[in-house]
Amino acid sequence: MSRIQACFEQLAQNNKKALISYITAGDPHPSNTLEIMHALTDAGTDIIELGIPFSDPMADGPVIQLACERALKHGTSLKDVIGIVKQFRQTNTTTPVVLMGYQNPIEIFGVEKFAETVSGLVDGVITVDLPPEESQQAASVYKQYDIDTIYLLAPTTSDQRIQMITDLASGFLYYVSFKGITGASQIDVNSVEAKIDQIRKHTDMPIAVGFGIKDANTAKLVAGCCNAVVVGSAIVSIIAEHGKDMPATTSEVKSLLREIKDALDNDETIQNIA
Amino acid sequence: MSANVKENVMNAAIMPDERGHFGVYGGRFVAETLMTPLQELEAEYAASKVDPSFQKEFDDDLAHYVGRPSPLYFAQRLTKLWGGAKVYLKREDLNHTGAHKINNTIGQALLAKRMGKTRIIAETGAGQHGVASATIAARLGLECVVYMGADDIQRQAPNVYRMRLLGAKVVPVTSGSRTLKDALNEALRDWVTNVDNTFYIIGTVAGPHPYPLLVRDFQTVIGREAREQSLDQTGKLPDALVACVGGGSNAIGLFHPFLPDAEVKKYGVEAGGDGVETGRHSAPLNAGSPGVLHGNRTYLMEDNNGQIIETHSISAGLDYPGVGPEHSWLKDEGSVEYVTVTDDEALAAFHQLTRIEGIIPALESSHAVAYTQKLAKTMDKEQTIIVNLSGRGDKDINTVARIEGIEL
Repeated sequence: MSRIQACFEQLAQNNKKALISYITAGDPHPSNTLEIMHALTDAGTDIIELGIPFSDPMADGPVIQLACERALKHGTSLKDVIGIVKQFRQTNTTTPVVLMGYQNPIEIFGVEKFAETVSGLVDGVITVDLPPEESQQAASVYKQYDIDTIYLLAPTTSDQRIQMITDLASGFLYYVSFKGITGASQIDVNSVEAKIDQIRKHTDMPIAVGFGIKDANTAKLVAGCCNAVVVGSAIVSIIAEHGKDMPATTSEVKSLLREIKDALDNDETIQNIA
Repeated sequence: MSANVKENVMNAAIMPDERGHFGVYGGRFVAETLMTPLQELEAEYAASKVDPSFQKEFDDDLAHYVGRPSPLYFAQRLTKLWGGAKVYLKREDLNHTGAHKINNTIGQALLAKRMGKTRIIAETGAGQHGVASATIAARLGLECVVYMGADDIQRQAPNVYRMRLLGAKVVPVTSGSRTLKDALNEALRDWVTNVDNTFYIIGTVAGPHPYPLLVRDFQTVIGREAREQSLDQTGKLPDALVACVGGGSNAIGLFHPFLPDAEVKKYGVEAGGDGVETGRHSAPLNAGSPGVLHGNRTYLMEDNNGQIIETHSISAGLDYPGVGPEHSWLKDEGSVEYVTVTDDEALAAFHQLTRIEGIIPALESSHAVAYTQKLAKTMDKEQTIIVNLSGRGDKDINTVARIEGIEL
């Protein structure tokens, strides 16, 4: 059983939701990423989403754009990102790690070589600019190496596309909560619920909701209708604020995530709806 | 005609495929949120293509608003000076707003109107596409926002003011390299946020499908006219075509109607900057490698880790690390030869055309003129070359003056 599947099954048994935490690898410096990853899991993160920095992150807002710029200033390459996951796995063999990024760095590395290198270390890949129409080749390679291909779904995704995507997807689905870029705050819970109901008609796969979830309150609002929430820009903002002051960064990140995790674990309304 | 060439010609006619691929290039590499809007645009464009009223409105606007057909002008003095093939200029610089860009913005704005969109956005490098978008927005009464790299805003001040006069909001982009590629990223971010009421007018034959297709179709008026004018004026097809290539819309516009004519040689001129060997240039077809950026797979300027690298050109309009996917395909197929011209050579051509023919060319178009000089000398006097004079140079006089140490 894959780490992702095991993670969701265990949470489901306890009637709990997953907390997925995003950071950009190499931000503020490649030597800090491992420590931040451990801080994420210490604070209750169930799945780590590790961003592969890219020079042109067209789906990201200013917070993650700047994180990419900081990581690239220190030359963080895909090879470095894989190296960080390798180190992480020396002490953590259970927390799923999903790489999230854009196609070009992977394509230049070589899709097959990438899959072979990360097999067993990385559990899933989200390629923001690789919709199902363009992803079939990469997805079949990932499958060969037991890596889940995780797809985005959006408010604009039609029933027909939901079906096509759920047919191809594995691991979990990532629902983008609004039309926009990461870090914006315009989440509308009613429309998220309605769309997730629509997606549920096509699949039993776990559904994560991301974009616009920045604190315990927003997490609680959407958690009722999905299996996982993704927190990204809120964490990256803390890293941006404290830079390489690791004690300050990790303590503030942990307190944000603990608050969110507590809200997810202990809020009656969430568990009842699920 | 060899079997191989024949096959290429047949392929050219059916490119791109139904998913927007030109061979391995092109496609639709965007976040899921944009997939449905792109499919809607594709469907609307397909419907408008077979709608005579749409075509009529487009043709009428090109005739009466843009001032088409643009002349095909025999540059007699230049031809004599260079001492080789006869040089003809396709005068896109005489279009309303001073460049070929308006052909495309009119087509896309008519699509926006058809789709009921009330707001248009655009990216711009040199400012010509921004001006053309602001112009058509003013005429149709649409809100217009133009994204422009903060550095480009500095070097293209007159065009920034023109856009503002036309009622557009010009938004400086300070992320990344603060030039055209970053303006494109920012426009895509705006579009994904405001997709319900907003139409994104992409200025070149790049971006996700169907943009490379529809921009090409709107620009092929250049080549169709040139073909007819050549037959009228010289009794034959030209022997060679020359156009500058940044994203490549003026070049595709000129070349595409001649793709079935293998005997007409086609030359796309990339910006060689300080020289391709220095690494400071904008010539992905000559010195780049295939990758994925801005919604399509194409030749890119990138490092070994797949990060997009900064480009350099004297001309803001050519200062872009990618190129339209159809050009990548045409390069691999060998139907078009892609060459480079340095900043210095382009600048010399800028002055030469200005002094010999009384035409001030855009720095972008000056690259095509510079290569034409080299080419003309290798051809005989009975042969003809059509060079696409894609824009006029008024916008560049500050840049040229600065380089020559003159304060205006």
